[in-house]
Amino acid sequence: MTTVTAPERADARQAPARPGAARRVARLRESLTGWGFIGPNLILLALFLFLPILWAVQLSFQDTQGFGDPEWVGFDNYARLVTDPVFWQSLGNTIVFTLVTVPIDMALGLGLAVLLNSVLPARGVWRTIIVLPMVISGVASGMIAVILFYESNGLINKLLEAVGLQAIAWQSEPAPAMISVMIAAVWLRVGFNMIIYLAGLQGISPELYEAGRIDGANRWQQFRSITVPLVGPSTFFLLIMNVIASFQVFDLIFVMTGGGPGNATSVLVTYAYRNGFQIREQGYGAAIGIVILLITLAFTFIQWKTNRTRDMVE
Amino acid sequence: MAQTTTLLEIADADILGERKARRIHRRRSSSQGERKGIVARTVIAIVVCLIMVFPLYWMLVVAFSPRGEVFEAGLHLWPSTLTLENFDKIFRRFDVATWFGNSLVIGTFVTVITVVVNLLAGYAFARMRFFGRNAIFLLALATMMIPVQAIMVAQFQLVSTLGIYGTYWGVIFPTAAAAFGIFLARQFFIGIPDEIIEAARIDGAGQLRIFIQVVLPLSKPLIAVLILLTLMGTWNDFAWPLIALKDNELYTLPIGLLYLKNQTSPDYNSIMALALISVLPMVILFLVFQRYFVQGFARSGIK
Repeated sequence: MTTVTAPERADARQAPARPGAARRVARLRESLTGWGFIGPNLILLALFLFLPILWAVQLSFQDTQGFGDPEWVGFDNYARLVTDPVFWQSLGNTIVFTLVTVPIDMALGLGLAVLLNSVLPARGVWRTIIVLPMVISGVASGMIAVILFYESNGLINKLLEAVGLQAIAWQSEPAPAMISVMIAAVWLRVGFNMIIYLAGLQGISPELYEAGRIDGANRWQQFRSITVPLVGPSTFFLLIMNVIASFQVFDLIFVMTGGGPGNATSVLVTYAYRNGFQIREQGYGAAIGIVILLITLAFTFIQWKTNRTRDMVE
Repeated sequence: MAQTTTLLEIADADILGERKARRIHRRRSSSQGERKGIVARTVIAIVVCLIMVFPLYWMLVVAFSPRGEVFEAGLHLWPSTLTLENFDKIFRRFDVATWFGNSLVIGTFVTVITVVVNLLAGYAFARMRFFGRNAIFLLALATMMIPVQAIMVAQFQLVSTLGIYGTYWGVIFPTAAAAFGIFLARQFFIGIPDEIIEAARIDGAGQLRIFIQVVLPLSKPLIAVLILLTLMGTWNDFAWPLIALKDNELYTLPIGLLYLKNQTSPDYNSIMALALISVLPMVILFLVFQRYFVQGFARSGIK
């Protein structure tokens, strides 16, 4: 199937006036070859991604409590979502988490990129250190964070007390628990933001800064009027990527707080897991999953619409 | 912009712009004020980096400290005595070597499967015309960012139905059903000059032969990036193995870490010892192949 020979192809291309039979055969062959190449990946995606998506939609219309056959309940699971305070709290927590961490991630990422794009000794070392957390698993990071934020005698509380401040109830108070997860998440993600901004900064011509200096712009003015506008595409790309990632924060919360205290750090993905696998209400868990799916698709769509040239066909 | 250059270009140029900065450095006179600026920036860089490495340093401290020491009164910023008792304990009480092996086996299978199928598909999307190409490409693009939590209940039921729940394959197949490598690969293959492929075609080579003998040898940076990112993602993966594995002889290191926490009181010294074992291979890979990791992160946008 991969033996499209040169003469056939040449004919098909150079003699459009001839009856199209040879050309059609060549096209068919190329089509089959193409399908052969995407085949293995397509089978994997179809079986383990597309099929589960449809399956999840079906499940979300079923009641699977307890044993026995699942029961078709129409939109009951979705109706239940609307009146479930924990669902709304989880959605709210997800949004708060996203609204707080994304700007911090991006501001720190841009600041570090500017810093580490300037003249500096041992620059490579600093960059390596900032990117390093990206290869640390969420579980290991979460475990380290649990120890650092430990309420009684954790290092952070000891340090706070050493400088005369009060220890913070990182585990038993809602807001500090959320803040501890946010800090860990920023630690994990800031390196990614720095990399993208560094790549963006590489595209800015040094002459622009030269011109800015001649016009008497100080460093802050140069940053505001040259750097920030010119890394705009990076900023938008990061905004979408960070929002998607924040909506999916799971490992850290699972390990650090388990969604607690109460439901103070419960987010959509942990709530979906809790319903699907801990309470074992799989239909309801699937319905929450569909909500996550739709939100993710919406942001992917925005990203695609605004970045079409990057990934789309020719 | 990293997002608009091909991986080939990125591989050849230093994405972090070391060269350009050096050029600027030479051009500029290092006046008094300039030098002061460098000192200030260096101090900021050092402070930030100390904060960034501190959690990892703390993992080392806790892993090598006598049990409970870091939680005793007073600041213990380093171990009073370096001890291996925590490592000794986890190796005696838990099957750490098996967990490590499981991570390696699952990581290897997922990486080989994913990279091979992504390369093939990426090449077809980049260089072939076939019926339905754009539709399938869009479908793959649309579903790329969907998190496992959105469909995990259905995936669990599917894996149970197929009879592979609780086996290596139950973890491997859903993890290997990934599309992000397709986009990296496609972008890279579009950048390969037509002449090279056309020349091979005129010599009478079929598509598969062209791909294997001509295209792949040109694609080493791409293959390196795909292997490293896939291996890292699988090695660190948590949510899906948590659902798909039941016997602790099949646990991967992240699941083992959670199990260790639940089985001990929790004994954080042991947990940090295991955490160290679990993160060390990726840290070493990152330090050796940093260039490829950074390119992959910059191109794919996926952590």
